This record gives sequence, structure tokens and C-alpha cells, in this order.
Amino acid sequence: MNKWTRRGFITAGVLTGGALVVGVAIRPGHRAPKLAGMVTDEGETLVNTWVKIDADNLVTAIAPHSEMGQGAPTALTQMLADEMDADWDRVAFEEAPAHEDFANYALAREYLAGEATIPRFLDGTVDGVFLALSKRMEIQVTGGSTSIRLTGQRGMRIAGAAAREMIVKAAAKTWNVPARELRTERSHVFHDASGQSGRYADFAEEAARHTPPSQPKLKEAAEYQIMGKPKQRFDIPSKVDGTAKFGIDADLPGMKYAAVMGAPVIGSIIRSVDASAAEAMPGVIKVIHKHHFVAVVADGYWQAQQAIYALDATFDEGEAGTLNQEGVYDKFRAVMSEAVEAGTEKTDISVGNARKAARSAARVFEAEYQVPFLAHATMEPLNATVSIDREAGTAQIWTGSQNPLGTRNAVAEALGLKAGNVTVHNQFLGGGFGRRATPDFPVMAAEIAAECDFPVKMIWSREEDTQQDWYRLASVSRFKIGLDDDGMPVSWDQQYVDKHDPPEAAHPIYNLPNAFVHYIESDHHVRFGAWRSVDHTQHGFYIESAVDELAHEAGKDGYEYRRALLAGKPRHLAVLDAAAKAAGWGKTMPQGHGMGISIVESFGTICAQVVEVDMSSGAPRVTHVYAAADPGFVINPDGFTAQMESGVIYGLTAALYGEITLENGRVVQSNFHDYEMVRMDEAPEIHVTLINSGARLGGGGEPGTPPIAPALANAIFNATGTRLRSLPLANQPTGNV
Amino acid sequence: MVALIVNGTRQDIAVDPNQPLLWAIRENLKLTGTKFGCGIAQCGACTVHVDGVPVRSCSTPVAFAEGKQITTIEGIASPDGTLHALQQAWINNQVPQCGYCQSGQIMSAVALLETTPRPTDDDIDTAMRGNICRCGMYSRIRKAIKEAALTLPEPAPEAVDAEGEINE
Repeated sequence: MNKWTRRGFITAGVLTGGALVVGVAIRPGHRAPKLAGMVTDEGETLVNTWVKIDADNLVTAIAPHSEMGQGAPTALTQMLADEMDADWDRVAFEEAPAHEDFANYALAREYLAGEATIPRFLDGTVDGVFLALSKRMEIQVTGGSTSIRLTGQRGMRIAGAAAREMIVKAAAKTWNVPARELRTERSHVFHDASGQSGRYADFAEEAARHTPPSQPKLKEAAEYQIMGKPKQRFDIPSKVDGTAKFGIDADLPGMKYAAVMGAPVIGSIIRSVDASAAEAMPGVIKVIHKHHFVAVVADGYWQAQQAIYALDATFDEGEAGTLNQEGVYDKFRAVMSEAVEAGTEKTDISVGNARKAARSAARVFEAEYQVPFLAHATMEPLNATVSIDREAGTAQIWTGSQNPLGTRNAVAEALGLKAGNVTVHNQFLGGGFGRRATPDFPVMAAEIAAECDFPVKMIWSREEDTQQDWYRLASVSRFKIGLDDDGMPVSWDQQYVDKHDPPEAAHPIYNLPNAFVHYIESDHHVRFGAWRSVDHTQHGFYIESAVDELAHEAGKDGYEYRRALLAGKPRHLAVLDAAAKAAGWGKTMPQGHGMGISIVESFGTICAQVVEVDMSSGAPRVTHVYAAADPGFVINPDGFTAQMESGVIYGLTAALYGEITLENGRVVQSNFHDYEMVRMDEAPEIHVTLINSGARLGGGGEPGTPPIAPALANAIFNATGTRLRSLPLANQPTGNV
Repeated sequence: MVALIVNGTRQDIAVDPNQPLLWAIRENLKLTGTKFGCGIAQCGACTVHVDGVPVRSCSTPVAFAEGKQITTIEGIASPDGTLHALQQAWINNQVPQCGYCQSGQIMSAVALLETTPRPTDDDIDTAMRGNICRCGMYSRIRKAIKEAALTLPEPAPEAVDAEGEINE
């Protein structure tokens, strides 16, 4: 644990003390002057790094998480304010600056716990060698559905409780009364016996002189005043009147605009560029040729983009430039078969002896499933604005990032600057979904700005955004499941392509006596990116489709079959039951309509979904989705519900339409006309049931996504008798309804 | 020079008349509430009104809008700052997530309510299907439109002609 002690900022007491204070930095302001300088203005006192109280008694929560629509800043502030007994009408949230002292070590800890390795999507965001050697991570990432369950639970609540205790101690000293006689309410301290009262701000300076408690007392759920209550999000008013500032809205004096063209086969080299036509176009200032991209800088973005179309480039593409989509899948299948024949499978988990148990099974079920590459398609195309001061050796970046610290470090490395001389001004993110955790785009903007004498705003076209992504990877999975006479699994053999994150994504939640889950690794050039719920998007579809097939083979109901396999797991059963009950599972459906169910546990949250589909036109029309989720405890019920709704639609788009394909190594799809999205007229009614089981907190941003694709495929089977084993589903032929 | 009348204010700007209106609004006039999403009129993030009609400004040349009344998200609240009924309903229903598409969503919804003060679900589907929300807040958008419609004065029956258009 000592490896987490850095410069005394994360105190040894915290780290070697009780589990409640893992990784929480609680320091009075004057012990962290560097931080105080970054987050405090005149009249403010930094009580600890996660909360400040200004002279007007405004309580500001400070956390290293960005707002990308998930509402985490509001929920994090709820957690802090509740423990602090702060006045909810006088609280604010501030995103922590990109600085290692605000690094999200809680996330790192979670990933490094046990045998888990550093998540690969973070490679390249920080120095990988440094990481591997020291296991110290300077990461500040909003992703992995971690904000609430890690930063909130281990940071904000403890910070709030500690701040309250310190203020009470300070008030007790000031008034010369015992601390136990004081009570706190709405950012005020009261001594009822003497009738004295004061604002928190009145005691801020005195409080900062005290050593913070190492394990402040947290509230029991019954004592919550703010947690568990629906609260309006801080960011929403600015998002209805056009004043919200996203990365793309940055505006600097003298700024020019850049459009870019990446090498169409990702990873290949641009050999030559004939820019003569582009350079002659109005407004064009210069054309910059880098080894993997070309940029045009112009007076306006539209002029720059028009000039991009006028470029004539040649590329060194190698073998990647011959790869087509079918070739990707063919290779997967060949390598999967080879691995099993040669016994070179990479083990994910092994319980009992699945291969041996299969030999005595009454029968063996076999099936193969397939999912395609997916792009993130955030609404805001990737962009970054960079201003470099060569004399001072500094750079400033305006962008929307899930990873501001990684952005700072990557840009510093690209420009040859000290990391401390690079400042990231993180803006609202017009969607993240994992894409904005990878800092390739701010690095590109910095490389362009490095060749200009003025600030540059680089904007990717939608086509560039679609074709230069870090993708949810295509994959294939094969199941061989040995069944007993009742159709229940006695052995479970599951093979798939590529293991990324989180490590447990492929592990079935069901009670299986013998399971062997194993994988092979792909070797194509398409880059992996974390895509909302990461590997759960694939394994949710595989496992929940397979289990549904097993139920059908056994002549059993899909819901009841799952219940039988989840015996002894009360949380899972409660979630499954809640979704089934809300949907009226088993009710008679009209001709051509069907229902499907699924359950996936991801990021600590269990989510079940029931889909109602209308197949009467021959194509799926999802009419209703009933989602139930247990994240342990819901901090902001309306915000969590919105995350479930969002996860469902995001997953439904992928389930119905999402498909990135390769032709000659290039991504074929380019914009929303050929990479389709669910729209208003296709959006189902979504009913959400939330369960506070009291279990350890789970995440909210991602767990709504994985269950929808299998629930829909299962519903289509229910309606048509046709089992669809590959995604996307919208345009596949199905049987008569 | 091209003369643009945006939110009631006339401004003369030096741009190529073929340049899409979106970039004139964002870069020349510095009104950044209107967003770039796709560039080919597929997503609706850039929706503004030209003479009261919703258009995709990313695919509308500046020349088309010259001299016409252009309204952006910055121009739909009352001059005293009171939010448009739709903006308020958007807050009440906590519609936005990332919020990037919401200027366009609201502009499409404002245009819908101006022609169809009591929209049906089908009306909402038709008017709003051109606006993608990647965060998937469609059910909240639908609810907010219906809520806002109820706060607006009901059209007098004689003012509505057979097509449901309001007579001026």
C-alpha cells in the first residue's frame, strides 16, 4: 500500500488505516499551498482538497471528474453536501484542474486491485513504462462508471464528513464549549444551550489549523438528507439557452481553424501530398503534412475543410490496406479453432473441469455469436484548441476530455514541454462514451499549433470522427454447454476474441459447476477503445443470448430458467423479478409482438431489462423497455434513471444499426446516413425501477447498455421463432410472425 | 459583405456567400449555441429558424438567409430573460445530458409548437426525427414538449385553418 503514498499528499494514515479512507486526501489548506493557489480565490479557505468554503458560506465540491452528461458532478456534490450538512441551496461544483495531486488514484486502485492489470485503454495516456515499473498512476479519468462508487464513496463523503468535524471542532474551540454539544444544519453550527450560532465560513480558517480526522464518521442511510433525493443537475440551465461552453466553443484572439485528414487505413503512413489546389483556395493559410495526418489551417473551419477535400495524397498501407470485414471474421474463426486444437487457449477463468464434465453431459449445446466494430459517434465531433507561448515554454488546451491529466501529459510530451507548463481547460463534453478518454485529438491539435504562430482550433469532420475512432472491437464467441436431463448446464465452455476491460466482463453471473472461459487475441489494425461498458457490450449479448437458447432448448421460460440458475443470489433475483414484474412478464402479446429478457452485472450494478418488440412489419420496432437496476444505493434517483434511459438508447442504436465495417482496411461508414442512430420515432417507452439493496455502490453510466441487445434478440426470437446470433439486428431476415 | 439579421440585430459580415450559415453564426457572429454535428443535415444539431422555418444551418448557404429573419437558441427567450416555455420545460424534465444536441432539439420544438400548438405523438415524431440525441433523451424531450404546449395559450378554433396552420 505504501506505493500510493506520494509526497505525503495521500497520507500514510489514510492508506494504512481503515478501509473507509482509501486514497482520500484530506489536508487543511495551508499544508497544500500549491493546491490552494489553484482552487482558491481571495477570501476562500481550502479546508481540504475536495471542498472549499468561501467567505459567503458557499460550499464548493471539487472533484476530478468531467461533465459529459452523466450528471456525476451533481451527485458527487450531493454526497459531499450531505455528509457535511451543507445548505443545498448554497453549493457548487468545480472540476479539479488537471494536476497530479487531483489524480484519480481511486480508479487506479480499483484496476490494480488483486491481479488485475492496468486497463489497456489508458495505455498511451501516460508513460506506460513508468507505470509498469512503479505502479504509480497519474490518471484523472472519468470512465469505468467510477465517479460515484469510487471518488464519491471514498472521496467526497469522507471529505464532507471530515470538513464538518473540523468545523465543529473549530466552533467548539472558538466558543469554548464541548464539541458534542454542537449540531450542524444547512452550513451553520449551533450551540443550542447558549443560543450561539455561526456560519461554516466563520470557522473555516480556524478549522484549517486542525489536523483532519483520519476516519470521520459517516452517516447511516437513514440519516441521509440529500443523498437518495432527486436533485436538479447544475449544468442543465446552461444547456437550454446556448450558453454552455463545450470544447468546440473555445474562442481565442487571433485564433485560426484547422481541418484534418487522417491516413484512411489507421496506423498507416501518408507518403505524399499534393496540396497545390488546396493551398490556392480562399482563406487557406497553410497545409501541414505529418506522417499519419494532413491538416489545413485556414481563416475559417469551412474553408479549411473544403481544402481538405482538394488534397491529393498517397499512402503506405501495407497488408492492412487489403483487409476486408469478412477477412476479419474469417481470421477470428480460424485462430479460435486452432487454439482449441493446439490447446493454446488463454484462460480467462476456469472453475471445476468443464471439458471433462461435458463428456458425461446428456447433450451439448453449441452456438456461435458475432458482433461488429462500433464507433462512439459523440454528438460533438472531436476538437481541441491549442495556444502555445514559445518564449514562456507553455501551452494551453481547451477541449472536452474524460482524461485531462493524460491529455496534459501527452501534449507536453508531443511538444517537448514540461507537464507542469501545460494547462488543460476542460470544457463540457458533447458526449464521451469512452472516446474522450484517449488524448489523440488534443495531441494532434498541439502538433498543428506547433507549426503556427497563432492559436489553432482543430475540428474533426463527422467523417473523420467516424473513421478515425478507437473502436469497440468486433468479436466472435463460441459456446459449448453440456446439459443434464433437465436442460440445466453441467459444463460451460466459452471462447471469445480479445480480452480488454473490465477483467470480469466475460464471467457468467450464473451458478455453474464447471466453467472454462477462454480467449484468443486478434491481430488486425483496428484500434481498441473503451466504448460505453467496454467488454460487457459483447459478453452481455453472448451470454444472455446463449442462456435464452438454453431455456428454449429445455422447454422452459427464459425468466424462470434464469431464476433457477441464480438460486442463492438474492440481489440478482430481486432485479430480475423487478424487471419481469414491471413488464408483466408472461402476459399475452398481440400477434407479431414478442418479449425478451436479460440480466447483466457490470461495474458493480446489476441491471435486468425486458424488451417488447413489434415484428409485424418484418423489422424490429421496440415499443417498451422495462429496466430494473440495483447499484446498491442510488444517490440521485432522477439522474440515475436518466442514465438507464440513456444506456438503453445507446445500446439500442448499436443493437439495431451499429456496424462499422472495413473495406481495403478503411472504415466504410462515414456519417449518420450510413452509421444510423435511433431517432425520436423509434425510441421506446422506457420504464425504470431502482433498487437500493444497500450493497457496495455500483456505477450508473454504463450498466444500462449491455442488457438491451440480448433482450431484443430474445424478444425477436419470441415473436418470430428466428434466433439472431449476430449484431446488428435491424436488417436481418426473420421468420413469419 | 453579406447582411444577416440574427435575433433581430442586423450585422454585415465578409464571407463567401456559399459558406454554410452555421459557420457564419458560430465564427463570424460568435453565437456558439448553434452546434456543428454532421455537416450534411443528418443530425439537426445546427437547427436555426430562417423566417420562422427550421433549417439545418450546416447545409444552408449564407446567401439563402441574407436579409431574412434568423433566430438562434440565443434568441428565443423573452427580452427580459424569461425563458421560452420549452426551455423551462427542458429544465423541469431534466432533459439534457451532454446537452450538445439540445439547442437544435429546442429550435425544432419551438418551430413545431408555432405551427402545431397541441402536437400529437405523431406530430412530435415527424418534427423531431431529424434531431439525433446520442444520449437518448427522446422520452424526456417528448414529455417536455407536451408540458410546454400546455403552458402556451390554446389557439382559438377560428384561428386554425383546415391544415392546422395558425392564420396570422
